[in-house]
Amino acid sequence: MSVTTLPSRGIALRQPGWIARLFDYKPFLIVMCLAPAIGLLTVFLTYPLGLGVWLAFTDTTIGQRGIFIGLENFQYLWTDPLWWGAVFYSVFYTAIATFGKFALGFWLALLLNNHFPLKSLLRAIVLLPWIVPTVLSALAFWWIYDPQFSIISYLLVDVLHIRSTNIDFLGTPWPARFSLIAANIWRGIPFVAISLLAGLQTISPSLYEAAMLDGATAWQRFRYITLPMMMPILAIVMTFSIIFTFTDFQLVYAITRGGPVNSTHLLATLAFQRGIAGGELGEGAAIAVSMIPFLVFATLFSYFGLARRKWQQGEAND
Amino acid sequence: MTDVAAQSTNAASATPDTMAWDSRARRAMMIYLPLACFVLILLFPFYWMAITSFKPNAELLNYKQHNPFWISSPTLAHIKHLLFDTAYPTWLKTTMFVAIGSTFLSLFASTLAAYAIERLRFRGSPYVGLGIYLAYLVPPSILFIPLATVIVQFGLFDSPMALILVYPTFLVPFCTWLLIGYFKSIPYELEECALVDGATRLQILRRITLPLAVPGLISAGIFSFTLSWNEFIYALAFIQSGANKTVPVAILTELVTGDVYQWGALMAGSLLGSLPVALFYSLFVDYYVSSLTGAVKE
Repeated sequence: MSVTTLPSRGIALRQPGWIARLFDYKPFLIVMCLAPAIGLLTVFLTYPLGLGVWLAFTDTTIGQRGIFIGLENFQYLWTDPLWWGAVFYSVFYTAIATFGKFALGFWLALLLNNHFPLKSLLRAIVLLPWIVPTVLSALAFWWIYDPQFSIISYLLVDVLHIRSTNIDFLGTPWPARFSLIAANIWRGIPFVAISLLAGLQTISPSLYEAAMLDGATAWQRFRYITLPMMMPILAIVMTFSIIFTFTDFQLVYAITRGGPVNSTHLLATLAFQRGIAGGELGEGAAIAVSMIPFLVFATLFSYFGLARRKWQQGEAND
Repeated sequence: MTDVAAQSTNAASATPDTMAWDSRARRAMMIYLPLACFVLILLFPFYWMAITSFKPNAELLNYKQHNPFWISSPTLAHIKHLLFDTAYPTWLKTTMFVAIGSTFLSLFASTLAAYAIERLRFRGSPYVGLGIYLAYLVPPSILFIPLATVIVQFGLFDSPMALILVYPTFLVPFCTWLLIGYFKSIPYELEECALVDGATRLQILRRITLPLAVPGLISAGIFSFTLSWNEFIYALAFIQSGANKTVPVAILTELVTGDVYQWGALMAGSLLGSLPVALFYSLFVDYYVSSLTGAVKE
């Protein structure tokens, strides 16, 4: 090991240089390994998050530094019917869409958990709505919901003769609200189904065999084995789903942009409209920040609500 | 249905309710029928998207004379219009550039981070792991307004570089989480042997750990690529000029003009924009599904 002073390149290359040895010093290596990830997250996530909260208390507009105005933005939002409308629709959208996604996704997961030919192909196909960019599938829904040429209206009016007039899917508030929720459920089913399928596959078949021997019906097996065993994974997947449904932006922006008469604004689209399109950065930030309490509440509710049930059922794993 | 009797005697032993139904008919009703409905509904929008892309305008808006579910005279006019009369090829190139750039940046950062958290084990490594994981729960909808001001300060407004740097905020937590799981599955002894043989830590990472983690890297790469291809809100907020827009944003802001929507071109654009992700995904679908299910099991 006394060759380090030799100038020959051949030998020097084979010996660990001082840089390599520095990287063998564990604390240095740890810092260097974490630096890119932590650096990126600090500059583009933690700092903006703090900045966003700060902006919410200022009257910043695009191109002009704002001054601290305390709670004024929030006081204004409190009196703003559009904000209340967005709060209402965000909660409604999240509640109905999450319920739909989980009911249908759980059902699909149970179906996919059976043995049948082409199972893996089917699983791959089922994931498609989740893979394809949301905005692009949202455009397909926009076309499906077209007031004149909707294929659904065509089916109902000209093929099945159930209705006599086309449905105005996106032109009136309530149909528009439900149309968006349907599109959101459609997009969310695959993720819920595949995640829950993973959970289903961890349940030992011997539990079902024992229950069958004891004469449990299919419903009892579901209620007393499948459901409690699935609670931990349901809690995690539902927490994720609630967060991303509540803060959804793309579907609404692509299909209705908040209309008709602002009836389908989510908090995120309203924040975009005021903050970026309207230039009122401070007010937009305040709307975005106003999502945080709902998110925290929904997260705690879904996580601890479901986790507590798991505990009540006497489940002790992880 | 002549084998009904034979079947039911076979299956009759279990419970009373299987007596009532022939098990094969029951299976068809309870599994295949609902599955078929699910597949039909989940795939219909894509079918509708595809069929609209190839329909001539006359057929597109005339349900009385043409069956809307089929094309009598398919045309490539919409795709030709898209490729030669719009900036669609540029948007595709930009999106590809952004997706590949942010994927590599995220893979680099999250591989190192996952290695440090899972393999170098230091005091507080679980907390660093948890912190990175929690970052995934901060939704872009809350961040885009302050991030826009940060991007402007950095002089990156309207530049695809901004997207490459910002996308890792949601890619790194996801990939790190996934790769920690992968590193966990690689036997620790392999690294110890190499340490005893005098390899440096970096050599171990490059020659032993990384090659063994290739399946994990591939699935993290697919996830990152598809997620950055899909991303919308940042691309909408940070990019202004037509040439720098990504496909999802460009279709919505540049192709949707006026009151008469060019549905053929719009659907062709959506179809073409979905294809790269769908192709990429189908090549690695086994990795994808297994890592998704694996990540959830963690």
